[in-house]
Amino acid sequence: MSATVLFRRGRVIDPRNGVDGVRDVLVRDGKVAEVSDTPLPVPPGAEVVEAAGRWVLPGFIDLHVHLREPGEEGKETVLTGCRAAVAGGFTAVVAMPNTKVVNDSGLVTELVLSRARAANLCHVYPAGAITKGLKGEELAETGELVSSGCVAITDDGRPVMNAALMRRALQYATMFGVPVMVHEEDLTLSAGGAMHEGSVSTRLGLRGIPASAEVAMVARDLVLLEETKGRLHIAHVSCEGSVRLIREAKRRGLFVTAEATPHHVILDDRAVGDYDTHAKMAPPLRADRDVEALREALVDGTIDAIATDHAPHGVLDKQVEFEKGINGIVGLETALGLTLELVHAGLLDAKRAVELLTHGPAKAFGLPGGHLAPGAPADITVVDPLEEWTVDAHRFYSRSRNTPFHGRKQKGRVVQTWVSGRKVYADGQVKESR
Amino acid sequence: MRHLLGIEGWRRDELEAVLDRARAHLPGGPDTTHLLRGKVVANLFFEDSTRTRTSFHMAARGLGAGVLDWSPSGSSTSKGETLLDTARNIEATGPVAIVMRHRSSGAPHLVAKHVRCVVINAGDGTHEHPSQALLDAFTLRQRWGSLDGRTVLIVGDILHSRVARSNLWCLKALGARVIVCGPPTLVPPGLEALGAEVTHNLDAVLPQADAVMCLRLQLERMSEAFLPSTREYSRLFGLTTAREERMKAGALVMHPGPINRGLELAPAVADGARSVILEQVSNGVAVRRAILEVCTS
Repeated sequence: MSATVLFRRGRVIDPRNGVDGVRDVLVRDGKVAEVSDTPLPVPPGAEVVEAAGRWVLPGFIDLHVHLREPGEEGKETVLTGCRAAVAGGFTAVVAMPNTKVVNDSGLVTELVLSRARAANLCHVYPAGAITKGLKGEELAETGELVSSGCVAITDDGRPVMNAALMRRALQYATMFGVPVMVHEEDLTLSAGGAMHEGSVSTRLGLRGIPASAEVAMVARDLVLLEETKGRLHIAHVSCEGSVRLIREAKRRGLFVTAEATPHHVILDDRAVGDYDTHAKMAPPLRADRDVEALREALVDGTIDAIATDHAPHGVLDKQVEFEKGINGIVGLETALGLTLELVHAGLLDAKRAVELLTHGPAKAFGLPGGHLAPGAPADITVVDPLEEWTVDAHRFYSRSRNTPFHGRKQKGRVVQTWVSGRKVYADGQVKESR
Repeated sequence: MRHLLGIEGWRRDELEAVLDRARAHLPGGPDTTHLLRGKVVANLFFEDSTRTRTSFHMAARGLGAGVLDWSPSGSSTSKGETLLDTARNIEATGPVAIVMRHRSSGAPHLVAKHVRCVVINAGDGTHEHPSQALLDAFTLRQRWGSLDGRTVLIVGDILHSRVARSNLWCLKALGARVIVCGPPTLVPPGLEALGAEVTHNLDAVLPQADAVMCLRLQLERMSEAFLPSTREYSRLFGLTTAREERMKAGALVMHPGPINRGLELAPAVADGARSVILEQVSNGVAVRRAILEVCTS
């Protein structure tokens, strides 16, 4: 570990602090010490990172990651998930509670945190369950979860179908100041569906999941939010209708934030091709007009964060009949490249893209980091915006390989990741220190 | 060698080649028992079937092939074997083709990616039933010579019908106009983008049809409340004798079977002069011989 690091002459993009230009960044004792537009002298003993031509960014924060531990360590562990995170430029991840055992108690939260401490790579913030066992019947002990270290509560993977319970969850969580993160899906509308309902599902003869399955629940929860004055975070928004409702709710001042995944803003339902289970997810990949709406929402601030919904699964979960295929894809190691596709296509400016990966998520969940002002944690991601590379799932640090992006050409790559002033990823290698 | 996973993607000339070849396989045609002599065709039917299974069996035997008739009951699938493992194990016994029916849409596509022999889709979920579409088209060509300029009306549960999708592709490719008709709850979205005209008013379009293809109402799905009642369905979409009278002179009645008599089709219409339902079944063997021949050659 180097106590002092100087990142020299990189393009620093720090949206929270309004910085976008060539700067030197000095890191000392795990924190940002100085950001200067004129060259800084190299302090004695400092490690120098020559960053000319590269972007020096706040470390990325992923609000939506499945680390699968405890219970499904064959798919991912906290350690392998953290390796994938730092390889993808993420310095902090929020771990979903739908593990086996469910994180609905302080004990499980502490287990995840102890594994994260042992991995010692990036910050891991557990999210606790809204309801015991994710069953949607009784509230989990939010107070204990938060005091043990949870930064949000969510039944992610499942909606809270009972509206009265959801109302109480929003009310109750106001005591602790954590967001209630929701997977919006009306199960009576999505039942039996395997992909988005539209001309592609009709062509393939697959039962469709209508957009209304999501939009109706977003509408319900925004009504409850307004009444409870709570704090709502809508996970993996996928449809135009949801975007419209969230935009309007924000305009009226409701405390709602939202995230979109890279895959939902890059792919539409045609990616299912001839029954490719790697394009099977919940919510499903939607129609092109939904993709268009999500892209607009990234630009105008309706969507606050890009989150990967990193969902590792084994080969046997995917190499089956489409209807049997398990939902989800891994995302930590492809997120930047996919986001930069929008930047290179002129659909998103670089500063806003960085904001969606850094300050946006930090602000949504009230997390430290996400910017580079003096005193901030020295969580830093260095990116070569022009490096061309091809996604090779076999080289992922994640324990799982389930991605529809294997073989996709990308422009822009993470070259270094620093967490609390320590280099944890460089030259294509995770640097472990345990 | 070529898989037959669906009609989608086949060109008109390719479809016509199969249909032309099927003529040679009609009863009284030349001896074709040498075509697959010494070969084996594996019938993998993960779902119940009478017509299609028997028809493929007869077709394979007619070409001189041995037939491996496999069904999931009593097989390793009951022990949790995956579809791919089952298919690979069957393939390892050396068939020239796997004829496969499965309740999941796309299951034959998955198998086709992992085996070397020909895969013929004998019906997958609610996706396609290509051999049915070909035998339907063959039957219509027998009557009309050409489908160009003809109008075929497909009536019933379009949402759950693999026959409707395959017929849509096939009939359109061969030059026909296709109208689909059913209650909105049983008509999936986006059919217009696939080339169909969509209506929910049977009486309005019935007089335009040169053939009316009735589909089975999938009663097992009624519990999901797609319809208020079978009675109302029959009143709105059943091909009754009164409706038959309003059909064009010479217009044909078709049904892929099995029929819910008195529900989607009045018995007198099913057995009446317009009906070509049993011709469809008979032609099925010849068409499936042609499919096996063309795909394995």
